[in-house]
Amino acid sequence: MSVFLLKRLSTFAATLIAASIVIFLVLEILPGNAAEIILGPEAHQDQIDALSHKLGLDRPAPERYVSWVGGLLSGDFGESYAYQTPASDVVIEALEVTVPLSVIAVIINIVLGLSAGVYAAARHNKLGDVGVMALSQLGIAIPSFWLGILLILVFAVWLGWLPAGGFPGWDDDIGDALEALILPAIALAVFQAAILARTTRSAVLEVSREDFVRTARAKGLTRRAALWRHVLRNAMIPIITIVGLQFANLFVLTIVVEPVFSLPGLGMLILHSIANRDVVVVQDVVMLLVGLVLVVNLAVDLVYAVIDPRLQARRA
Amino acid sequence: MALLDVEDLKVSLRTSRGMAQAVRGVSFQLERGDTMGLIGESGSGKSITALSLLGLLPEGAKVEGHIRLDGRELVGRPEAELCKIRGNRIAFVFQEPMTALNPVHTIGRQVAEPMTIHRCITHGAARAEVIRLLDRVGLPDASKRVDAYPHQLSGGQRQRVTIAMALACGPDILIADEPTTALDVTIQNQILDLIGELVAESGMALILISHDLGVIAENAARMMVMYGGSVVESGPTAEVFRHMGHPYSQGLFAARPKLGAPRGEQLKTIPGTVPELADLPTGCPFSDRCGLVIDACRTTPPPAMPVGPDHVARCIRLDVALANMAVAR
Amino acid sequence: MTAAIAPGAIRRAFRHPSFAIGAGLTALLVLVALVSLIWTPYSPYEIDMAAKLAEPSGGHWFGQDQLGRDILSLAMAGAQNSIMVGVIAVGVGLTLGMILGAIATAEGGWVEELVMRFSDLTFAFPAILSAIMFTAVFGPGIVVSIIAIGIFNIPIFARVTQASAKAIWAREYTTAARAAGKSRARITIDHVLPNILSALTVQGTIQFANAILWEASLSYLGFGTQPPHPSWGRMLNDAQAHMFDAPWLAIYPGVAIMLAVLGLNLLGDGLRDLLDPRLVRSR
Repeated sequence: MSVFLLKRLSTFAATLIAASIVIFLVLEILPGNAAEIILGPEAHQDQIDALSHKLGLDRPAPERYVSWVGGLLSGDFGESYAYQTPASDVVIEALEVTVPLSVIAVIINIVLGLSAGVYAAARHNKLGDVGVMALSQLGIAIPSFWLGILLILVFAVWLGWLPAGGFPGWDDDIGDALEALILPAIALAVFQAAILARTTRSAVLEVSREDFVRTARAKGLTRRAALWRHVLRNAMIPIITIVGLQFANLFVLTIVVEPVFSLPGLGMLILHSIANRDVVVVQDVVMLLVGLVLVVNLAVDLVYAVIDPRLQARRA
Repeated sequence: MALLDVEDLKVSLRTSRGMAQAVRGVSFQLERGDTMGLIGESGSGKSITALSLLGLLPEGAKVEGHIRLDGRELVGRPEAELCKIRGNRIAFVFQEPMTALNPVHTIGRQVAEPMTIHRCITHGAARAEVIRLLDRVGLPDASKRVDAYPHQLSGGQRQRVTIAMALACGPDILIADEPTTALDVTIQNQILDLIGELVAESGMALILISHDLGVIAENAARMMVMYGGSVVESGPTAEVFRHMGHPYSQGLFAARPKLGAPRGEQLKTIPGTVPELADLPTGCPFSDRCGLVIDACRTTPPPAMPVGPDHVARCIRLDVALANMAVAR
Repeated sequence: MTAAIAPGAIRRAFRHPSFAIGAGLTALLVLVALVSLIWTPYSPYEIDMAAKLAEPSGGHWFGQDQLGRDILSLAMAGAQNSIMVGVIAVGVGLTLGMILGAIATAEGGWVEELVMRFSDLTFAFPAILSAIMFTAVFGPGIVVSIIAIGIFNIPIFARVTQASAKAIWAREYTTAARAAGKSRARITIDHVLPNILSALTVQGTIQFANAILWEASLSYLGFGTQPPHPSWGRMLNDAQAHMFDAPWLAIYPGVAIMLAVLGLNLLGDGLRDLLDPRLVRSR
């Protein structure tokens, strides 16, 4: 176990470092100095130079990289040029929207995807199965931002049940805040749930063909009991991978869905920061997302070992 | 009234080429304490016959005829009632011990499972009985091994576990489908001896399926030879071995490796291959591969011809076949 | 293998529902794009402010947008855009990914390790995120977004190539070819590539669908195709501003994206089943 853990952790760290260098270098060639953007097109070169110096933009690149990474490690995310506040404040404010949004979306995804997948597998080759599979193909093909627009059209414009966009914040009424997140969460979750349903179905079907399921049936278990007691736990192994990766994906896809609903989350933040050449914030947010992807991958690998007793033995 | 009475059992399976008859009119009776061997090549219908006794056929299969357990018909019984029989009155030991156990549950849990289903007791309460069973089937250190996972056991040990699982509810009939084929040669006899002991001890009936004549000869009092979904020869094992009547049985006998055979002597083989179910000839299923075939063989399925006491073979060329066999000996 | 297609195979293929529907929708997409090259009901660039946000009518079946442009013509011309994005992005990803993957498996050792670590690193950057970073650096536009999508496709194809090629290298006939003195490059071209073609075709079809989806997202966010060039994502961006007064604007471009992606995904699924009979049962 420990050798596996050590190996896995060192690849994780190496990829993380490589990713941070890539992010830094890519944004290094970003044209347009932040100082120019802040001061506007009429600014004088002296003013720009002065502000650049104040922001530390004239320091050599390696030095800035080290201070950026060092800052991240000590919890200092740097200063946002555009908002003139610590970047961590801006990021945390955005996370207050994006984290609940993603969590709601993950819950919808798991409930919808798992139940549809298990149902389809249980009704293999029957009408219910074919129906779920056809719907899942539609779910995969619908662009999430268009689904968002359709949801607004139906539930906000026609029915008037839910707000069309915006976010009232958590300070006033939690109910209002949650209401504002429902449609975006559905728009985010449908695509993922469609994929999860397909993965779940094929995982369950694959395990159902294993000999031990026949053994279980020969013991006198009903089809349903064999599914719950013997198939699902084995099928969970591929399902957990997908759910884990989907959590990271959902976070990233907020970039496309948040603008549809004008939600001031991480997605909107990165779009605004790119427009404002707010390089520090862009760096931080991209690093955060990439870090999340890597952490999730790591977590998925570790969870495997817990679920599948065979892996513990193999790695011991 | 027989414990198990199978009468004119026919099973059709759905294949990519349409429905195919995998079992074509099999009949036999089994009493408590009987041991019956079922022999044939893969595709002969022996496993399908066994699975149909439990109602565990692949989806889309069609069953005709009668399977009566204590006089009660099993064919067409609702699934829920069949579940009460499986693992309880009729238990199964499968061929592949490596894959027949669920990798994510402990073996104790899996052995206890039939009891929790049929005896309404909890896993905890079943524990002592599980340990006793594991001990009985010869799993060393049973009280510790009860919490082991399947991957921590060897193939032979796993097969002992599946046997314990089959015994959990004290079934009346044990069906062992090639229980030793996947095991090392040295382990095979131990497992067969164990099954034999357990059958003698509990008085249950045994259906032992194998493709190995030697296994059947040593472990079953009666035997049936299956080919192409039909029983081509059946009778008391000793009787069948004394006067092997059907050309197919004779072929199987000639094809077995013999100890002490002169070096360089070639193993006899049966010419041709087992036909696909959908391609079976209309008359005798073996007619396309049989050396004694005459035109009449190909037109109608042969009737059961008596060979000896309680011993029949489905072959119209039986006299010639028996004469050949006598010469060969 | 695909080398010799029996006439019966084609008939069987069209009896496969996924393949038949997928091939039909994909053919429709290509057909619409080709027709729009020579004819659209109106010019997609023709502005008619007098008829802005006009509802669907006999003259304009799908209605007119905020500049009075004909929606049907815009949607037809948008197909060209999507196909171009798909072809180039998959072409770049497939060519480079296949070369990298083939070299990695043929060479093995540190070369393989390097290629695989490189694709691990690229996988840490989600497609949409890297595309946005790219457009931020090089300015928004269709060329940049195609390249960004293409680059993200490289590791995907490299992995598919590596995984399938590894299986081929383990076969007896490649060992026999090596014993006969054939070079690794020769074996790759003669034995490995022909055998992994079907896996790459399936992946290519699915990546084509993804490319259309990503390009539409980028254009919707304003990073992809720039106006006045017609694109489905851009049309949806425009439509959102008029959701209350002209909701129909938001329907057609979305349906177009959905059908294109659906068609290609079904085609990919169908091809997977037909090209690899062993997989049919497990799907």
